[in-house]
Amino acid sequence: MSGGRIAAAFERLRGRGEKGLITFVTAGYPNLETTRSLVLAMADSGADVIELGVPFSDPLADGPVIQRASQAALNTGVTLAAILALVRELRRETGVPLVLMSYFNPILSFGPERLASAAAGAGADGLIIPDLPLEEAGPVLELADGYGLDLIPLVAPTSTPRRIAAIAAQARGFVYCVSVTGVTGARSGYSEKLAGVCRTVREHTRLPVAVGFGIAHEDQVRVLAPHADALIVGSAVIDLIQGTDKNGSVSRVGSLVVELKQLLQKL
Amino acid sequence: MLPDERGYYGAFGGRYVPETLMSALEELGQAYQSARADERFQQEIDHYLSHYVGRPSPLYFAANLSREAGGARIYLKREDLNHTGAHKINNTLGQALLARRMGKKRLIAETGAGQHGVATATAAALFGFSCTIFMGSEDVRRQALNVFRMRLLSAEVVEVAAGSKTLKDAMNEAIRDWVTNVEHTYYLIGSVAGPHPYPLMVREFQSVIGRETRRQAVRLTGGLPDYIVACVGGGSNAMGMFSEFLGETKVCLVGVEAGGLGPETGRHAATLSRGWPGVLHGSLSYLLQDVHGQVLPVHSVSAGLDYPGVGPELSYLKDSGRVLFTTATDAEALDAFRLLCRTEGILPALESAHAVAEAVKLARTLTPAASVVVNLSGRGDKDVETVAGEVRQ
Ligand SMILES: Cc1ncc(COP(=O)(O)O)c(C=O)c1O
Repeated sequence: MSGGRIAAAFERLRGRGEKGLITFVTAGYPNLETTRSLVLAMADSGADVIELGVPFSDPLADGPVIQRASQAALNTGVTLAAILALVRELRRETGVPLVLMSYFNPILSFGPERLASAAAGAGADGLIIPDLPLEEAGPVLELADGYGLDLIPLVAPTSTPRRIAAIAAQARGFVYCVSVTGVTGARSGYSEKLAGVCRTVREHTRLPVAVGFGIAHEDQVRVLAPHADALIVGSAVIDLIQGTDKNGSVSRVGSLVVELKQLLQKL
Repeated sequence: MLPDERGYYGAFGGRYVPETLMSALEELGQAYQSARADERFQQEIDHYLSHYVGRPSPLYFAANLSREAGGARIYLKREDLNHTGAHKINNTLGQALLARRMGKKRLIAETGAGQHGVATATAAALFGFSCTIFMGSEDVRRQALNVFRMRLLSAEVVEVAAGSKTLKDAMNEAIRDWVTNVEHTYYLIGSVAGPHPYPLMVREFQSVIGRETRRQAVRLTGGLPDYIVACVGGGSNAMGMFSEFLGETKVCLVGVEAGGLGPETGRHAATLSRGWPGVLHGSLSYLLQDVHGQVLPVHSVSAGLDYPGVGPELSYLKDSGRVLFTTATDAEALDAFRLLCRTEGILPALESAHAVAEAVKLARTLTPAASVVVNLSGRGDKDVETVAGEVRQ
């Protein structure tokens, strides 16, 4: 409940009648220096919120693209502490909302309270923990609230109405609606349940709804955007980083963000 | 003991999975509770256990092995004689019958040694499910016999080349498949690991081992055993045996983890002996991890013990002190494998050979008045190539 940068970003979007763009990169892929440049380029190109993925050895909600990026980042020795240092550095240069996306074990290992305090101190705005469902999230939510970080929950096409109501009731920042029954990774389809899920979420909270997982193409943006306040693009960003140097990936990712942003502004 | 509402045994357990799976776990929990209360379901399981698996499995007094050890009397609970050659079938039949009750059409499973994969593929053939088994490519190599068996049983075997290419990575991939196909697929977990209700359910399907052992021990020896020894990978054969005796405080329970090349070398899979609590594959339990919470690569000569996690109830029983945990190295397990072949004419699975190694060590410190039961969880046909390879080296 930071009422901080994330809320302000959605407030601005609402004022302009515009859909937001949230982008994801794996921190430390291929190295932290490139991540730094990518985040700044995405912010300059119009990304409204940026997620920094904390690499984990066993990312079981992720498809091959993010799995490979995580493993490559770990091979360079990236740690949560180094990612927090990067957040601190980025915060001096940009006001874009930054959200850490991490599996629970690296957080548990770091110490949830130590993490909440360090992340907030570094200038992060939120946390997404894909393997920490509602039932297990209580203690972390309390810590996050205490330090002014938004603990952003996920809702899936398989979530029952009862679960959606409970998740929405303790959501902070925005609600992350997963567009497919599946793992992350670019694909063409999306769940036919998505529209209903987004509607149910809105019955229970006034927080913004962001839709993500598998978004890569213009036609998907057109179909999904009407249900959402923002779209989340992850694997498609990582795909552009693979097999090119820092300048190459920065310019490719920058152009993708500009294109998507223009498309969203026209809708 | 039963876990609490949220699936916790003391501080361990829970449901640490993506939201996509949470409704499926709720549905599974309810379906299991209703099946558990249904006498016809229990009768159906009993029918298959006796007519198809061949239960009860004998409790065999290993006179030659006991003589060689030179101390306590050693008894073997012969799970190796079950259909498909290991304890795994007790669980797969139970869960497959549950999946049928739930109207699922497809079974998926992870496997290390291939015994759980074979047992799942067998249940799929018997009850008419389609079946996909995930197996690390390293395990596909060292357990080739079981890969062939699974394919004969018309299962699809998916080789997983990620990470350490063993059981942990197979389980990651099985969970990803489940996240994608959860609406019609039943994930048949092979050990007392994973999110609630799997640890409870798998323990209960395996608890027939302990119930039989109690009856048989009383009949054979007039009382309960002094020691019971079982190997621990995820912990299903151990919990299937131990759960019956948790309340019998005079019975000493010993779990044996894979010591690999030696617990001090870092190349082992001794989760409870060397790890600390963490979250992997849906539950909070002891875990072999580095100081950053990244899961460590592990090693064991036996594919079924080559796993960095362990079931949450075992973590609880370690902290409470009710079960003692120790390790047997690769070399000790291989020695025990050969010893049991030579003295009793029984080829144990390399997993089970870890328990045999500890039982022999233990028996030496005791007198013939004492009895030691070993859960001989599986047979070793699948391991002869590995053993032959180790002899050549
Ligand atoms: C014969 C045998 N014993 C033991 C195990 C280890 O599993 P658990 O600890 O769940 O019994 C396996 C696993 O593959 C096995 O095949």
